[in-house]
Amino acid sequence: MRLTAVETLGLRTVSLVAHLGRIAHFIGQIALDSVRPPFRFQRLVGEVFDVGVLSLAIICLSGATVGAVLGLQGYTTLSRFGATNSLGAVVGLSLVRELGPVLTALLVTGRAGSAMAAEIASMVTTEQLDGLRMMSIDPVDFIVKPKALAMLLVMPMLNALFICLGLFGGYVVGVELLGLDGGTYISSMENAITWSDDVAGTLLKSMIFGALVGFIATYRGYTAEPTSAGVSAATTGTVVVGSVTVLLFDYVITALWGV
Amino acid sequence: MQPSPTRDLIVGLFVAVGLAAIGYLSIQVGGLSYKGPGGLRLYAVFNEIGGLKTRAPVSIAGVTVGQVVAIDLDKSMRARVTLDVDRKLVLPSDTSAGIRTSGLLGDQYIALEPGAEEAPLKSGDEIAMTESALSIERLIGRFVHDSGVEEKK
Amino acid sequence: MSEPSAANLGGRNQPKPSAVSAEFRILLEDVHLTLGGRAICRGLSCGFPRGKITVLMGGSGSGKSTLLRLVAGLIRPDRGRILVAGQDVTRLSERDLYKVRERIGMLFQHGALLDSMTIFDNVALPLREHTKLSERDIGAEVSRRLVAVGLPDTEALLPRQLSGGMLRRAALARAIVSDPEIVLCDEPFSGLDPINVRRIEKLLVGLNASLGITMVVTSHHIPSSLRMADQIAFLIDGEAVCGTPEALLSSADKRVREFLEAEHAADVENAGAVS
Repeated sequence: MRLTAVETLGLRTVSLVAHLGRIAHFIGQIALDSVRPPFRFQRLVGEVFDVGVLSLAIICLSGATVGAVLGLQGYTTLSRFGATNSLGAVVGLSLVRELGPVLTALLVTGRAGSAMAAEIASMVTTEQLDGLRMMSIDPVDFIVKPKALAMLLVMPMLNALFICLGLFGGYVVGVELLGLDGGTYISSMENAITWSDDVAGTLLKSMIFGALVGFIATYRGYTAEPTSAGVSAATTGTVVVGSVTVLLFDYVITALWGV
Repeated sequence: MQPSPTRDLIVGLFVAVGLAAIGYLSIQVGGLSYKGPGGLRLYAVFNEIGGLKTRAPVSIAGVTVGQVVAIDLDKSMRARVTLDVDRKLVLPSDTSAGIRTSGLLGDQYIALEPGAEEAPLKSGDEIAMTESALSIERLIGRFVHDSGVEEKK
Repeated sequence: MSEPSAANLGGRNQPKPSAVSAEFRILLEDVHLTLGGRAICRGLSCGFPRGKITVLMGGSGSGKSTLLRLVAGLIRPDRGRILVAGQDVTRLSERDLYKVRERIGMLFQHGALLDSMTIFDNVALPLREHTKLSERDIGAEVSRRLVAVGLPDTEALLPRQLSGGMLRRAALARAIVSDPEIVLCDEPFSGLDPINVRRIEKLLVGLNASLGITMVVTSHHIPSSLRMADQIAFLIDGEAVCGTPEALLSSADKRVREFLEAEHAADVENAGAVS
């Protein structure tokens, strides 16, 4: 039975809406399970380890490096206007407002998000999720919830660490390498960055990004095809969809919040 | 990692470090400090508030004692600023309020100068003497005008 | 690794009396299911008697594992009823399904143990989730089951450290730790050497004999199936042909004969290769 273009469009639209509905249902389930017992604290600790502790190396390294680059680039540009005393402010504001939350989210998506999706997808393949269902344990509550929650909680902390290391990297470049006065760097940074305009915004952004990546990674893993190709698709899909979503939401939040 | 006291310890350390980083950014860098509402609400009407924004600090002799809570337009088309100030302060009823700029090009804030009267300001009172924000244009205009007058002599 | 050591697990030497099923603990009525374009079940009806061992047999792709998953409620059929312990699992919500599953234990083909947890934690999981037993009591129950399946020293190991046969037995320990009244086993003998096949066969038969558990087992392995089954359900062309092992062996149905002959030839070959 050949379908007309309109019928195909209709089918596609219906299946898209159904897909969105399933995603919404999934997210709703996680949210509900998060506020109902059992709270699975031990499992949450384990997931915080996997998402947070194991990402420390890449976050710290990247943060310091990005801060150092900002220091170099900022110095070059500012010295044209004789304004190198504001380097602290430039490095600080760039990190706090944009680079911190966005880069942290992208790095975590690639490292922890893909690992999360792969783990859940391979559990689908090896029937471990069905095994849980047969023990009357809801896999969303047991496996997915701690992972998504961990991502939400860890992201702001990793973001803060990224920013702090970035500020330090900029300091090292500006003060040690380029001869700026340390006190000027720090006071310029502290004066330019405010809680209400900048820091609150960065924490909000990183929490939202954490929630998004947590949902995307777990959803992709949970709905993966039970094959090796399915695991691989879940992993790459998480990185791609997660990254794009973070960047899109960054724009939306920046525009709405004015951060 | 398998559940173990070591793992729990590491996670605890991670969370502590993470929260410390957030705290550092918020308090040291961002300037967040816990100030509950001061409790003493005062109003001041200005002809010109310049760049004054809500949450701008209110200070006496340079010490922050409260913040700007709201800015509205009153019936005579002047700016009515609501201040929230530490309730433990005893401010004479002839205290004046002026809008100052921190540094040359910094943010604007309100500086209160206590007067000499005995009767204190109570919550809801209005500060009678206010000094509007200085604008650079007017300053330059006055300077030019004055020096022009000098020349004419 | 030690042999199954609990005294209450015995072997079976006599041929089974014909299975006069007093009551079907699991009943499938006119089940239809099409998956991926293929019709797996076409009006399939059969019953699995209470307290007896039913073996599902049939060629690859005949739908044995699918049937097990239908009974477990993991898949829903397009049409038909499936009664498990008195409830129609095709109509239950996920939450009600969880209630029914508290009386069912399932042994998956590859164990399906959680690979990031130790054997002890895996077997203890149903108890920790659904009972209020103290850790000490849970420890005792888990140890008892692991000893019963012949894995007394494996508690601290991870699933990846166990061989295939050991993994299956650990998964069996998990399946029975909550004393279910129904146990579903998906290909418990596949990929195992004859010694382990015998071990698992003995365990399943012993459990059925001592605890009266209703068992449904899928298998290719004809000798074990014929030995242990009270009833055989043969799946062909989306339907089930049920009967005692003797009835099946002497069946005139051409498809059954073909299957038995082919499998028998393969078994003889394997036996020759091993010895």
